[in-house]
Amino acid sequence: MPLDNEFVQRLKARFGDAIREATLDRKQAIVLVGREQLREISRYCRDDEKFDMLADLTAVDWPKREKRFDVILNLYSFPKNERLRLKAHSGENEPVPSVVDIWPTANWLERECYDMFGIVFEGHPDLKRILLPDEWQGYPLRKDYDILKQDTAWVRENLGIESGQ
Amino acid sequence: MSDERTNSGSNVTTTVLGADEIILNMGPQHPSTHGVLRVKLKLDGERVVESECIIGYLHRGVEKIAEHRSYQQFAPYVDRMDYVAAVSNGLGYCEAVEKLLGAEAPPRARVIRTILTELQRIASHLLWLGTHALDIGALTPVFYCFREREEILKIFEKYCGARLTTHAFRIGGLQYETYDGFEQDVKRFCEDFTHRIDEYETLLTENRIWVGRTKGVGIISAEDAIALGVTGPVLRASGKKWDIRKAMPYAAYDQYEFEIPTRPTGDTYDRYLVRMEEMRQSRRICLQAVENVPSGPIMARVGKVLKPPPGEVYHSIEAPKGELGYYIVSDGTTQPYRVRVRPPSFINLQAFDRMARGALVADVVAIIGTIDIVLGEVDR
Repeated sequence: MPLDNEFVQRLKARFGDAIREATLDRKQAIVLVGREQLREISRYCRDDEKFDMLADLTAVDWPKREKRFDVILNLYSFPKNERLRLKAHSGENEPVPSVVDIWPTANWLERECYDMFGIVFEGHPDLKRILLPDEWQGYPLRKDYDILKQDTAWVRENLGIESGQ
Repeated sequence: MSDERTNSGSNVTTTVLGADEIILNMGPQHPSTHGVLRVKLKLDGERVVESECIIGYLHRGVEKIAEHRSYQQFAPYVDRMDYVAAVSNGLGYCEAVEKLLGAEAPPRARVIRTILTELQRIASHLLWLGTHALDIGALTPVFYCFREREEILKIFEKYCGARLTTHAFRIGGLQYETYDGFEQDVKRFCEDFTHRIDEYETLLTENRIWVGRTKGVGIISAEDAIALGVTGPVLRASGKKWDIRKAMPYAAYDQYEFEIPTRPTGDTYDRYLVRMEEMRQSRRICLQAVENVPSGPIMARVGKVLKPPPGEVYHSIEAPKGELGYYIVSDGTTQPYRVRVRPPSFINLQAFDRMARGALVADVVAIIGTIDIVLGEVDR
Protein backbone atom coordinates (compact mmCIF):
# COMPACT_ATOMS: atom_id res chain seq x y z
CA MET A 1 0.00 0.00 0.00
CA PRO A 2 1.55 3.37 -0.95
CA LEU A 3 2.27 5.71 1.93
CA ASP A 4 1.88 9.45 1.57
CA ASN A 5 1.84 11.29 4.87
CA GLU A 6 3.44 14.54 5.96
CA PHE A 7 6.68 12.83 6.83
CA VAL A 8 7.03 11.33 3.38
CA GLN A 9 6.18 14.69 1.80
CA ARG A 10 8.89 16.36 3.87
CA LEU A 11 11.34 13.68 2.75
CA LYS A 12 10.38 14.08 -0.89
CA ALA A 13 10.58 17.86 -0.72
CA ARG A 14 14.09 17.61 0.64
CA PHE A 15 15.58 14.67 -1.19
CA GLY A 16 13.50 14.49 -4.37
CA ASP A 17 14.27 11.45 -6.47
CA ALA A 18 16.36 9.83 -3.76
CA ILE A 19 13.08 8.84 -2.12
CA ARG A 20 12.17 6.09 -4.54
CA GLU A 21 9.09 4.69 -2.92
CA ALA A 22 7.17 4.88 0.35
CA THR A 23 4.90 2.04 1.35
CA LEU A 24 2.93 0.71 4.25
CA ASP A 25 3.12 -3.02 4.89
CA ARG A 26 1.10 -4.40 7.80
CA LYS A 27 0.83 -0.87 9.20
CA GLN A 28 4.62 -0.44 9.15
CA ALA A 29 6.22 2.40 7.21
CA ILE A 30 8.91 1.49 4.68
CA VAL A 31 10.84 4.06 2.67
CA LEU A 32 13.01 2.92 -0.23
CA VAL A 33 15.87 5.35 -0.73
CA GLY A 34 18.74 5.72 -3.17
CA ARG A 35 21.88 3.99 -1.95
CA GLU A 36 24.10 7.02 -2.59
CA GLN A 37 21.95 9.29 -0.43
CA LEU A 38 21.56 6.82 2.44
CA ARG A 39 23.84 8.80 4.73
CA GLU A 40 22.20 12.16 4.16
CA ILE A 41 18.74 10.69 4.60
CA SER A 42 19.84 8.83 7.73
CA ARG A 43 21.31 11.97 9.21
CA TYR A 44 18.13 13.88 8.42
CA CYS A 45 16.00 11.14 9.99
CA ARG A 46 18.10 11.20 13.14
CA ASP A 47 18.45 14.96 13.59
CA ASP A 48 15.27 16.44 12.15
CA GLU A 49 12.81 13.60 12.45
CA LYS A 50 14.16 12.36 15.80
CA PHE A 51 14.72 8.74 14.87
CA ASP A 52 17.41 8.57 17.49
CA MET A 53 17.89 4.82 17.70
CA LEU A 54 18.98 2.39 15.04
CA ALA A 55 17.23 -0.72 16.30
CA ASP A 56 18.59 -3.02 13.64
CA LEU A 57 20.51 -3.11 10.39
CA THR A 58 20.37 -6.12 8.13
CA ALA A 59 20.05 -7.26 4.54
CA VAL A 60 17.95 -9.52 2.35
CA ASP A 61 19.28 -11.25 -0.74
CA TRP A 62 17.18 -11.35 -3.93
CA PRO A 63 19.63 -12.97 -6.38
CA LYS A 64 17.34 -12.73 -9.40
CA ARG A 65 17.04 -8.99 -9.14
CA GLU A 66 19.44 -6.69 -10.93
CA LYS A 67 20.56 -5.16 -7.64
CA ARG A 68 20.42 -8.20 -5.48
CA PHE A 69 20.59 -6.84 -1.92
CA ASP A 70 18.11 -4.94 0.20
CA VAL A 71 19.93 -3.18 3.01
CA ILE A 72 17.47 -2.55 5.78
CA LEU A 73 17.64 -0.07 8.64
CA ASN A 74 15.02 -0.39 11.33
CA LEU A 75 14.79 2.93 13.12
CA TYR A 76 13.02 3.90 16.29
CA SER A 77 12.17 7.34 17.60
CA PHE A 78 11.91 7.75 21.36
CA PRO A 79 10.15 11.15 21.26
CA LYS A 80 7.57 10.00 18.68
CA ASN A 81 7.36 6.34 19.75
CA GLU A 82 7.40 5.37 16.09
CA ARG A 83 9.28 2.96 13.92
CA LEU A 84 10.53 3.50 10.40
CA ARG A 85 12.23 1.16 7.97
CA LEU A 86 14.72 2.55 5.51
CA LYS A 87 15.63 0.34 2.61
CA ALA A 88 18.27 0.69 -0.07
CA HIS A 89 19.04 -1.55 -3.02
CA SER A 90 22.62 -2.52 -3.67
CA GLY A 91 24.26 -4.60 -6.36
CA GLU A 92 26.80 -7.31 -5.69
CA ASN A 93 29.88 -5.13 -5.97
CA GLU A 94 28.40 -1.83 -4.98
CA PRO A 95 29.50 -0.51 -1.61
CA VAL A 96 26.88 0.90 0.72
CA PRO A 97 27.71 4.07 2.69
CA SER A 98 28.31 3.27 6.33
CA VAL A 99 26.14 4.90 8.98
CA VAL A 100 28.47 4.15 11.91
CA ASP A 101 29.12 7.84 12.61
CA ILE A 102 25.38 8.53 12.66
CA TRP A 103 24.38 5.61 14.85
CA PRO A 104 27.37 3.90 16.53
CA THR A 105 25.20 0.76 16.89
CA ALA A 106 25.79 0.16 13.21
CA ASN A 107 29.39 -0.87 13.85
CA TRP A 108 28.75 -4.49 14.74
CA LEU A 109 25.57 -4.68 12.67
CA GLU A 110 27.38 -3.67 9.48
CA ARG A 111 30.16 -6.11 10.30
CA GLU A 112 27.59 -8.88 10.64
CA CYS A 113 26.02 -7.85 7.34
CA TYR A 114 29.42 -7.94 5.67
CA ASP A 115 30.14 -11.30 7.28
CA MET A 116 26.88 -12.90 6.15
CA PHE A 117 26.22 -11.20 2.79
CA GLY A 118 29.55 -9.76 1.71
CA ILE A 119 28.13 -6.26 1.49
CA VAL A 120 30.90 -3.70 1.80
CA PHE A 121 30.13 -0.65 3.91
CA GLU A 122 32.16 2.28 2.75
CA GLY A 123 33.55 4.36 5.60
CA HIS A 124 33.22 1.68 8.26
CA PRO A 125 36.11 2.06 10.74
CA ASP A 126 36.96 -1.63 10.99
CA LEU A 127 35.06 -3.76 8.51
CA LYS A 128 35.91 -7.40 9.19
CA ARG A 129 34.05 -10.60 9.91
CA ILE A 130 32.40 -10.83 13.30
CA LEU A 131 30.73 -14.21 13.75
CA LEU A 132 32.68 -16.37 11.31
CA PRO A 133 36.46 -16.86 11.40
CA ASP A 134 38.41 -14.11 9.63
CA GLU A 135 39.76 -16.46 6.96
CA TRP A 136 36.38 -18.00 6.07
CA GLN A 137 35.51 -17.97 2.37
CA GLY A 138 31.96 -17.28 1.25
CA TYR A 139 28.94 -15.45 2.60
CA PRO A 140 26.46 -17.87 4.16
CA LEU A 141 23.25 -15.86 4.12
CA ARG A 142 23.37 -15.36 0.36
CA LYS A 143 20.70 -17.42 -1.32
CA ASP A 144 23.22 -19.20 -3.56
CA TYR A 145 25.13 -20.45 -0.51
CA ASP A 146 23.60 -23.86 0.10
CA ILE A 147 22.64 -24.78 3.64
CA LEU A 148 25.07 -27.72 3.65
CA LYS A 149 27.88 -25.70 2.14
CA GLN A 150 30.91 -24.80 4.20
CA ASP A 151 34.46 -23.63 3.74
CA THR A 152 35.82 -27.17 3.49
CA ALA A 153 39.46 -26.10 3.33
CA TRP A 154 39.12 -24.04 6.49
CA VAL A 155 37.32 -26.81 8.36
CA ARG A 156 39.92 -29.38 7.33
CA GLU A 157 42.83 -27.17 8.24
CA ASN A 158 41.58 -25.79 11.52
CA LEU A 159 39.36 -28.52 12.92
CA GLY A 160 41.01 -31.54 11.34
CA ILE A 161 37.70 -32.99 10.17
CA GLU A 162 35.95 -33.23 6.84
CA SER A 163 32.65 -31.81 7.97
CA GLY A 164 30.85 -30.80 11.11
CA GLN A 165 27.58 -32.15 9.81
CA MET B 1 48.37 6.78 35.87
CA SER B 2 51.86 6.01 34.66
CA ASP B 3 53.30 9.30 35.91
CA GLU B 4 52.63 8.36 39.50
CA ARG B 5 54.43 5.10 39.30
CA THR B 6 57.95 6.43 38.77
CA ASN B 7 60.09 4.85 41.46
CA SER B 8 62.25 7.22 43.44
CA GLY B 9 65.91 6.78 42.60
CA SER B 10 65.29 4.91 39.37
CA ASN B 11 65.87 6.29 35.93
CA VAL B 12 62.66 4.92 34.57
CA THR B 13 60.87 7.68 32.73
CA THR B 14 57.19 7.99 32.12
CA THR B 15 57.59 7.28 28.43
CA VAL B 16 59.11 3.91 29.21
CA LEU B 17 56.32 3.14 31.66
CA GLY B 18 53.75 4.30 29.16
CA ALA B 19 55.07 1.74 26.73
CA ASP B 20 54.42 -1.21 28.98
CA GLU B 21 50.84 -1.56 27.93
CA ILE B 22 50.10 -5.21 27.66
CA ILE B 23 47.48 -7.20 25.85
CA LEU B 24 45.61 -9.64 28.04
CA ASN B 25 43.44 -12.33 26.58
CA MET B 26 40.35 -13.45 28.49
CA GLY B 27 38.45 -16.45 27.28
CA PRO B 28 36.89 -18.01 25.30
CA GLN B 29 37.08 -20.56 28.09
CA HIS B 30 36.63 -18.43 31.15
CA PRO B 31 34.09 -19.15 33.85
CA SER B 32 32.91 -15.60 34.29
CA THR B 33 32.22 -14.85 30.67
CA HIS B 34 28.95 -16.78 30.83
CA GLY B 35 29.75 -18.83 27.79
CA VAL B 36 32.36 -18.63 25.09
CA LEU B 37 33.11 -14.94 24.94
CA ARG B 38 36.67 -13.90 24.25
CA VAL B 39 37.78 -10.45 25.32
CA LYS B 40 41.06 -8.89 24.30
CA LEU B 41 42.07 -6.26 26.80
CA LYS B 42 44.73 -3.63 26.33
CA LEU B 43 45.96 -2.81 29.80
CA ASP B 44 47.97 -0.03 31.33
CA GLY B 45 48.84 -1.59 34.65
CA GLU B 46 45.49 -2.56 36.15
CA ARG B 47 43.46 -0.23 33.97
CA VAL B 48 41.70 -1.16 30.76
CA VAL B 49 42.71 1.16 27.93
CA GLU B 50 40.85 -0.58 25.15
CA SER B 51 38.96 -3.78 24.69
CA GLU B 52 37.69 -5.94 21.90
CA CYS B 53 35.07 -8.65 22.10
CA ILE B 54 35.64 -11.62 19.86
CA ILE B 55 32.48 -13.57 19.35
CA GLY B 56 31.04 -16.22 17.10
CA TYR B 57 32.17 -19.37 18.89
CA LEU B 58 28.55 -20.46 19.26
CA HIS B 59 27.41 -19.44 15.79
CA ARG B 60 25.01 -22.02 14.40
CA GLY B 61 23.48 -20.08 11.55
CA VAL B 62 20.01 -19.86 13.03
CA GLU B 63 18.92 -17.32 10.42
CA LYS B 64 20.03 -19.61 7.60
CA ILE B 65 18.24 -22.58 9.14
CA ALA B 66 15.04 -20.51 9.24
CA GLU B 67 15.03 -20.20 5.47
CA HIS B 68 14.93 -23.98 5.14
CA ARG B 69 12.17 -24.73 7.64
CA SER B 70 8.48 -24.05 7.64
CA TYR B 71 7.21 -21.32 9.94
CA GLN B 72 6.16 -23.85 12.58
CA GLN B 73 9.29 -25.94 12.27
CA PHE B 74 11.49 -22.98 13.01
CA ALA B 75 9.70 -22.09 16.27
CA PRO B 76 11.71 -24.50 18.49
CA TYR B 77 14.97 -23.12 17.14
CA VAL B 78 14.38 -19.69 18.62
CA ASP B 79 14.37 -21.25 22.11
CA ARG B 80 18.00 -22.11 21.57
CA MET B 81 19.14 -18.53 21.15
CA ASP B 82 18.59 -17.01 24.57
CA TYR B 83 18.32 -20.40 26.21
CA VAL B 84 17.76 -18.99 29.70
CA ALA B 85 14.68 -17.10 28.47
CA ALA B 86 13.26 -19.47 25.87
CA VAL B 87 9.66 -18.49 26.54
CA SER B 88 10.35 -14.85 25.67
CA ASN B 89 12.06 -15.84 22.43
CA GLY B 90 9.08 -17.96 21.50
CA LEU B 91 6.63 -15.17 22.25
CA GLY B 92 8.48 -12.75 20.00
CA TYR B 93 8.65 -15.19 17.13
CA CYS B 94 5.05 -16.37 17.35
CA GLU B 95 3.72 -12.83 17.54
CA ALA B 96 5.86 -11.75 14.60
CA VAL B 97 4.52 -14.56 12.42
CA GLU B 98 0.99 -13.84 13.59
CA LYS B 99 1.45 -10.23 12.52
CA LEU B 100 2.72 -11.43 9.18
CA LEU B 101 -0.34 -13.62 8.80
CA GLY B 102 -2.73 -10.94 10.02
CA ALA B 103 -3.89 -13.27 12.78
CA GLU B 104 -4.18 -12.66 16.48
CA ALA B 105 -4.06 -15.06 19.40
CA PRO B 106 -7.30 -15.29 21.41
CA PRO B 107 -7.52 -13.35 24.72
CA ARG B 108 -7.07 -16.42 26.90
CA ALA B 109 -3.92 -17.41 25.07
CA ARG B 110 -2.55 -13.89 25.36
CA VAL B 111 -3.03 -13.77 29.11
CA ILE B 112 -1.41 -17.16 29.63
CA ARG B 113 1.46 -16.07 27.39
CA THR B 114 1.88 -12.97 29.52
CA ILE B 115 2.02 -14.98 32.74
CA LEU B 116 4.57 -17.44 31.40
CA THR B 117 6.69 -14.70 29.87
CA GLU B 118 6.79 -12.74 33.10
CA LEU B 119 7.72 -15.87 35.03
CA GLN B 120 10.47 -16.35 32.47
CA ARG B 121 11.67 -12.80 33.06
CA ILE B 122 11.94 -13.54 36.78
CA ALA B 123 13.80 -16.79 36.04
CA SER B 124 16.19 -15.05 33.68
CA HIS B 125 16.87 -12.25 36.17
CA LEU B 126 17.40 -14.81 38.93
CA LEU B 127 20.00 -16.61 36.86
CA TRP B 128 21.65 -13.29 36.14
CA LEU B 129 21.64 -12.28 39.80
CA GLY B 130 23.05 -15.57 41.00
CA THR B 131 25.88 -15.77 38.51
CA HIS B 132 26.65 -12.05 38.58
CA ALA B 133 26.99 -12.12 42.36
CA LEU B 134 29.06 -15.28 42.11
CA ASP B 135 31.44 -13.61 39.66
CA ILE B 136 31.99 -10.73 42.03
CA GLY B 137 32.58 -13.05 44.95
CA ALA B 138 29.24 -13.32 46.74
CA LEU B 139 28.77 -17.05 46.88
CA THR B 140 25.46 -17.28 48.71
CA PRO B 141 22.87 -15.64 46.42
CA VAL B 142 23.29 -18.20 43.63
CA PHE B 143 21.86 -20.96 45.81
CA TYR B 144 18.87 -18.85 46.80
CA CYS B 145 18.27 -17.73 43.23
CA PHE B 146 18.39 -21.23 41.83
CA ARG B 147 15.97 -22.38 44.49
CA GLU B 148 13.31 -19.91 43.28
CA ARG B 149 14.18 -20.41 39.64
CA GLU B 150 13.54 -24.10 40.15
CA GLU B 151 9.96 -23.32 41.20
CA ILE B 152 9.40 -21.44 37.94
CA LEU B 153 10.95 -24.23 35.88
CA LYS B 154 8.64 -26.68 37.63
CA ILE B 155 5.65 -24.62 36.51
CA PHE B 156 6.99 -24.69 32.94
CA GLU B 157 7.57 -28.41 33.15
CA LYS B 158 4.06 -29.03 34.42
CA TYR B 159 2.67 -26.79 31.69
CA CYS B 160 4.50 -28.03 28.62
CA GLY B 161 6.86 -30.80 29.70
CA ALA B 162 10.09 -28.90 29.23
CA ARG B 163 12.06 -26.77 31.61
CA LEU B 164 14.46 -24.75 29.49
CA THR B 165 13.86 -25.01 25.78
CA THR B 166 10.14 -24.99 26.29
CA HIS B 167 8.57 -24.26 22.92
CA ALA B 168 5.60 -23.19 25.03
CA PHE B 169 3.72 -21.20 22.40
CA ARG B 170 2.44 -21.93 18.93
CA ILE B 171 1.80 -19.58 16.05
CA GLY B 172 -1.78 -18.51 16.62
CA GLY B 173 -1.96 -19.21 20.34
CA LEU B 174 -1.16 -22.16 22.54
CA GLN B 175 -1.04 -25.87 22.00
CA TYR B 176 -1.86 -26.86 25.56
CA GLU B 177 -4.52 -25.81 28.00
CA THR B 178 -3.19 -24.95 31.45
CA TYR B 179 -3.02 -27.85 33.87
CA ASP B 180 -5.27 -28.11 36.94
CA GLY B 181 -3.80 -25.94 39.65
CA PHE B 182 -1.78 -23.71 37.31
CA GLU B 183 -3.26 -20.54 38.77
CA GLN B 184 -2.63 -21.73 42.33
CA ASP B 185 0.97 -22.62 41.50
CA VAL B 186 1.65 -19.20 40.03
CA LYS B 187 -0.09 -17.50 42.92
CA ARG B 188 1.81 -19.51 45.50
CA PHE B 189 5.09 -18.71 43.82
CA CYS B 190 4.30 -15.00 43.63
CA GLU B 191 3.20 -14.81 47.25
CA ASP B 192 6.41 -16.45 48.44
CA PHE B 193 8.58 -14.55 46.06
CA THR B 194 8.10 -11.12 47.56
CA HIS B 195 9.93 -12.25 50.72
CA ARG B 196 12.57 -13.93 48.63
CA ILE B 197 13.54 -10.72 46.85
CA ASP B 198 13.81 -9.02 50.23
CA GLU B 199 16.11 -11.85 51.25
CA TYR B 200 18.41 -11.31 48.28
CA GLU B 201 18.44 -7.63 49.02
CA THR B 202 19.50 -8.17 52.63
CA LEU B 203 22.45 -10.14 51.27
CA LEU B 204 23.56 -7.57 48.75
CA THR B 205 21.98 -4.12 48.63
CA GLU B 206 23.80 -2.68 51.62
CA ASN B 207 26.65 -5.13 51.66
CA ARG B 208 29.83 -3.06 51.71
CA ILE B 209 31.78 -5.37 49.46
CA TRP B 210 28.93 -5.57 46.94
CA VAL B 211 28.51 -1.80 46.91
CA GLY B 212 32.27 -1.33 46.61
CA ARG B 213 32.49 -3.70 43.67
CA THR B 214 29.49 -2.33 41.77
CA LYS B 215 29.01 1.39 42.51
CA GLY B 216 30.59 3.62 39.90
CA VAL B 217 31.69 0.61 37.83
CA GLY B 218 30.94 0.46 34.12
CA ILE B 219 29.04 3.73 33.86
CA ILE B 220 27.20 4.44 30.63
CA SER B 221 25.14 7.57 30.06
CA ALA B 222 21.69 7.52 28.53
CA GLU B 223 22.91 9.35 25.40
CA ASP B 224 25.69 6.82 24.85
CA ALA B 225 23.32 3.96 25.53
CA ILE B 226 20.82 5.19 22.94
CA ALA B 227 23.54 5.87 20.39
CA LEU B 228 24.80 2.33 20.88
CA GLY B 229 21.30 0.91 20.63
CA VAL B 230 21.39 -0.45 24.16
CA THR B 231 17.96 -1.49 25.43
CA GLY B 232 16.38 -3.23 28.38
CA PRO B 233 17.47 -2.91 32.01
CA VAL B 234 20.85 -1.48 30.97
CA LEU B 235 19.15 1.47 29.26
CA ARG B 236 16.70 1.98 32.11
CA ALA B 237 19.50 2.03 34.67
CA SER B 238 20.93 4.98 32.74
CA GLY B 239 17.77 6.93 33.37
CA LYS B 240 15.81 6.37 30.16
CA LYS B 241 12.29 5.27 30.97
CA TRP B 242 11.53 3.03 28.03
CA ASP B 243 9.98 -0.38 27.99
CA ILE B 244 8.32 -1.93 24.93
CA ARG B 245 5.64 -3.43 27.16
CA LYS B 246 4.45 0.16 27.76
CA ALA B 247 5.60 1.89 24.57
CA MET B 248 4.12 -0.59 22.12
CA PRO B 249 2.11 -3.07 24.16
CA TYR B 250 1.83 -6.65 22.94
CA ALA B 251 0.36 -9.87 24.40
CA ALA B 252 -1.90 -8.65 27.25
CA TYR B 253 0.35 -6.03 28.85
CA ASP B 254 -2.03 -3.15 28.22
CA GLN B 255 -4.42 -4.67 30.77
CA TYR B 256 -2.10 -4.62 33.76
CA GLU B 257 -0.65 -2.01 36.03
CA PHE B 258 3.07 -1.96 36.54
CA GLU B 259 5.90 0.50 36.86
CA ILE B 260 9.03 0.85 34.77
CA PRO B 261 11.88 1.13 37.24
CA THR B 262 14.71 3.50 36.32
CA ARG B 263 17.88 4.68 38.01
CA PRO B 264 19.96 7.77 37.31
CA THR B 265 23.66 6.88 37.12
CA GLY B 266 23.96 3.89 34.81
CA ASP B 267 26.53 1.98 36.85
CA THR B 268 26.58 -1.69 37.77
CA TYR B 269 24.87 -1.03 41.09
CA ASP B 270 21.99 0.79 39.39
CA ARG B 271 21.53 -2.02 36.91
CA TYR B 272 21.35 -4.38 39.86
CA LEU B 273 18.63 -2.29 41.51
CA VAL B 274 16.65 -1.94 38.27
CA ARG B 275 16.55 -5.69 37.73
CA MET B 276 15.57 -6.32 41.34
CA GLU B 277 12.64 -3.93 40.96
CA GLU B 278 11.74 -5.50 37.62
CA MET B 279 11.32 -8.84 39.31
CA ARG B 280 8.89 -7.23 41.76
CA GLN B 281 6.96 -5.70 38.86
CA SER B 282 6.86 -9.01 36.98
CA ARG B 283 5.46 -10.63 40.08
CA ARG B 284 2.83 -7.90 40.18
CA ILE B 285 1.85 -8.55 36.56
CA CYS B 286 1.63 -12.31 37.18
CA LEU B 287 -0.63 -11.80 40.19
CA GLN B 288 -2.97 -9.49 38.29
CA ALA B 289 -3.08 -11.78 35.29
CA VAL B 290 -3.65 -14.97 37.17
CA GLU B 291 -6.59 -13.42 39.07
CA ASN B 292 -8.53 -13.02 35.87
CA VAL B 293 -7.69 -15.46 33.11
CA PRO B 294 -10.45 -15.17 30.51
CA SER B 295 -12.06 -18.37 29.30
CA GLY B 296 -12.42 -19.30 25.68
CA PRO B 297 -10.33 -20.85 22.92
CA ILE B 298 -6.55 -20.87 23.11
CA MET B 299 -5.81 -21.15 19.43
CA ALA B 300 -6.75 -18.85 16.57
CA ARG B 301 -7.76 -20.31 13.24
CA VAL B 302 -4.53 -20.06 11.35
CA GLY B 303 -4.65 -23.35 9.48
CA LYS B 304 -2.18 -26.21 9.43
CA VAL B 305 -0.16 -24.92 6.51
CA LEU B 306 1.01 -21.38 7.03
CA LYS B 307 1.44 -19.30 3.91
CA PRO B 308 1.68 -15.65 4.89
CA PRO B 309 0.95 -13.25 2.04
CA PRO B 310 4.15 -11.79 0.53
CA GLY B 311 5.53 -8.91 2.53
CA GLU B 312 7.52 -8.22 5.63
CA VAL B 313 7.12 -7.39 9.27
CA TYR B 314 9.26 -6.22 12.17
CA HIS B 315 7.98 -7.10 15.59
CA SER B 316 9.82 -6.69 18.84
CA ILE B 317 9.17 -7.49 22.46
CA GLU B 318 10.76 -6.54 25.74
CA ALA B 319 12.78 -9.67 26.46
CA PRO B 320 14.53 -9.91 29.85
CA LYS B 321 17.71 -8.60 28.23
CA GLY B 322 16.27 -5.85 26.05
CA GLU B 323 14.57 -5.39 22.72
CA LEU B 324 14.22 -8.72 20.97
CA GLY B 325 13.07 -8.10 17.43
CA TYR B 326 12.14 -10.38 14.56
CA TYR B 327 12.21 -9.10 11.01
CA ILE B 328 10.53 -11.67 8.80
CA VAL B 329 10.15 -11.52 5.02
CA SER B 330 7.62 -13.76 3.35
CA ASP B 331 7.55 -14.63 -0.34
CA GLY B 332 4.17 -16.30 -0.03
CA THR B 333 5.50 -19.84 0.43
CA THR B 334 5.43 -22.07 3.48
CA GLN B 335 9.01 -21.19 4.42
CA PRO B 336 10.16 -17.75 5.48
CA TYR B 337 12.26 -16.01 2.84
CA ARG B 338 14.34 -14.35 5.52
CA VAL B 339 14.26 -14.28 9.30
CA ARG B 340 16.40 -11.71 10.98
CA VAL B 341 16.73 -11.72 14.74
CA ARG B 342 17.58 -8.49 16.47
CA PRO B 343 19.34 -9.94 19.48
CA PRO B 344 19.47 -7.72 22.58
CA SER B 345 22.59 -9.45 23.96
CA PHE B 346 24.58 -8.88 20.77
CA ILE B 347 23.79 -5.20 20.59
CA ASN B 348 24.17 -4.57 24.33
CA LEU B 349 27.53 -6.34 24.30
CA GLN B 350 28.77 -3.76 21.81
CA ALA B 351 28.58 -1.22 24.65
CA PHE B 352 31.03 -3.29 26.68
CA ASP B 353 34.03 -1.39 25.35
CA ARG B 354 32.48 1.93 26.35
CA MET B 355 31.78 0.64 29.86
CA ALA B 356 35.11 -1.08 30.37
CA ARG B 357 37.48 1.73 29.37
CA GLY B 358 39.21 3.02 32.46
CA ALA B 359 37.95 0.17 34.61
CA LEU B 360 40.14 -2.26 36.54
CA VAL B 361 40.74 -5.78 35.29
CA ALA B 362 38.65 -7.17 38.13
CA ASP B 363 35.77 -4.90 37.09
CA VAL B 364 35.70 -6.43 33.62
CA VAL B 365 34.10 -9.50 35.10
CA ALA B 366 31.52 -7.35 36.86
CA ILE B 367 30.76 -5.49 33.63
CA ILE B 368 30.31 -8.64 31.55
CA GLY B 369 27.93 -9.89 34.23
CA THR B 370 25.96 -6.69 34.47
CA ILE B 371 25.20 -6.47 30.73
CA ASP B 372 23.54 -9.88 31.14
CA ILE B 373 24.50 -11.60 27.93
CA VAL B 374 23.78 -15.08 26.74
CA LEU B 375 26.25 -16.18 24.11
CA GLY B 376 23.72 -18.40 22.41
CA GLU B 377 21.90 -15.24 21.47
CA VAL B 378 24.97 -13.15 20.72
CA ASP B 379 26.25 -15.70 18.20
CA ARG B 380 23.02 -17.33 17.04
